Amino acid sequence: MDAPFRPIPNPVRSIFEGTLRDDSVIVNIGPSHPATHGTVQIIAELDGERVLRTDVHCGYLHRGFEKECEDHTWHNLIPYVDRLNYVSALINDFAYCDGVEQLMGLQITPRCRYLRTLLSEYSRLVDHVTCLAAGLMELGAMTAFLYLVMIRDYMYEHLAALTGARVTYTYGRIGGLARDLPEGWLKRLEEILVQYEDFITRVHGLVDRNRIFIDRMRNVGVISTADALSYGYTGVILRSTGVPRDLRKDTPYLAYAELEFDVPVGIMGDNYDRYFVRMREMDESVYMMRQLMEMLPDGPINVDDRRCTFPDKPLVYSEIESLINHFKLVMDGPGVPAGEAYSAHESPNGELGFYLVSTGGGIPYKVHCRAPSFVHMGGAHLMLNGGQLADIVPTFGSINMIGGECDR
Amino acid sequence: MAANVFDTVQQALVPASGPGSLSHGILVLLLAPAELLPTVQRLKGEFAFDIFLDVTAVDWLRQTPRFEVVYHFYSTLHKVRVRLKTRVDEADPSVDSLVPLYGSAAFMERECHDMYGIRFRGNADLRPILLYEGFVGHPLRKDYPKQQEQPLVPYRS
Repeated sequence: MDAPFRPIPNPVRSIFEGTLRDDSVIVNIGPSHPATHGTVQIIAELDGERVLRTDVHCGYLHRGFEKECEDHTWHNLIPYVDRLNYVSALINDFAYCDGVEQLMGLQITPRCRYLRTLLSEYSRLVDHVTCLAAGLMELGAMTAFLYLVMIRDYMYEHLAALTGARVTYTYGRIGGLARDLPEGWLKRLEEILVQYEDFITRVHGLVDRNRIFIDRMRNVGVISTADALSYGYTGVILRSTGVPRDLRKDTPYLAYAELEFDVPVGIMGDNYDRYFVRMREMDESVYMMRQLMEMLPDGPINVDDRRCTFPDKPLVYSEIESLINHFKLVMDGPGVPAGEAYSAHESPNGELGFYLVSTGGGIPYKVHCRAPSFVHMGGAHLMLNGGQLADIVPTFGSINMIGGECDR
Repeated sequence: MAANVFDTVQQALVPASGPGSLSHGILVLLLAPAELLPTVQRLKGEFAFDIFLDVTAVDWLRQTPRFEVVYHFYSTLHKVRVRLKTRVDEADPSVDSLVPLYGSAAFMERECHDMYGIRFRGNADLRPILLYEGFVGHPLRKDYPKQQEQPLVPYRS
């Protein structure tokens, strides 16, 4: 016999207790809506096609990242942090490793520092390409989408040649990197950048002055500078309102102090500005990558510190000290002294922060991720309210909420 | 540059906060819960800390007071960060909400309430955000077992 039907309780309680007006209607959009890329639920009150107010819910991808972190060694967390913003996983890796290195008082080697900078910019490029491609596709620009995704796939394959994975790379290491560049990697990078420039020129030509695109993007999803600051916005969205806040310039980390680049800003803080700031930032990233390819020094990529760096494999098999060292690093984890650190990197979405608390030993006491996507969701209603129902999709796309990072 | 700002902030706030310390380039101030809101008001008004970056808590199980609520602020003018920490007890884990000062407080305090059960006085909307309605307990507390399950949809047997 079939089990009796029991309705599943609603996981979400809307903040709206009734409609504001007699003729308005409350609709539920998401969490699995084919037009939004991201698992988010928007409860919207509509007057016809106009959005009166919205209640944004996230958390559908919550998987207990921070709880899980308290049960594994510092090394073992690197694959987890990859899965926060899975479009630019390398930046998560480096921001997390930077935090642990601060706690340990480590100074990474010059080659590692430049390589991390180069790969951070490469990740930013991939992330912006993905965001723009998806955003354009949602407006029906299929050609631009295919151009960008084709380029993105060259980049994914190229990063797979370096790290062994297309998306979740697990490439950062505490005090260094997993491995050095393979033969001919930089040559292929230059080829990809040339192709990127060719296709991004075509996208500019297709989209920038396109009447349909401008009508859908200009003055849509506007946020003011004051609101953006109050709601903790960082990254592209804050810069699109005209504030040139970029951690790479303001509090330079890695090798950014030695690079020449501009911080593009918008004027209106609308969807069109966010599109354009991303397009300009990609050009700056390519400019930086070319500088870094010239500057990249030779030398080791890992610090010579037995607390965190694994000994060479042949030594593990031939001498007892290295064998014990390897064993202790795997079983106990790296020796991180007690303390706390907050490391912040400029991720493609904004300030990605890791607040780490150690009580000494190989397992963290607390790992907290300050995820830009989550903070951005807190103010998303400002950009959605008062707009059209159909504009929710492109506005949400231009915020670039990444579920893995938002919900952790 | 950063050091100057920190000196000024420290001199102005020391009576309220006690001595601050510098941790990896961030000024850290320890406060009593009652001093939190006035201190943040001054940080925002006098020292241009215009972005409220983050709030979280640390559960120091078996210590009293048990919870440490940790705030991070950033100043786009001075380009520096400040960390405020305040301890609250398990019996009454409540601090003043920063919603009147910063919009971002609304969501971030909801998350902290979800995870640690810290109550933010003045935040009217502490509905679950990463968890769901009816979730029992606060998962990031150290005494919440990692393997504990609360499936909303019953498992098929």
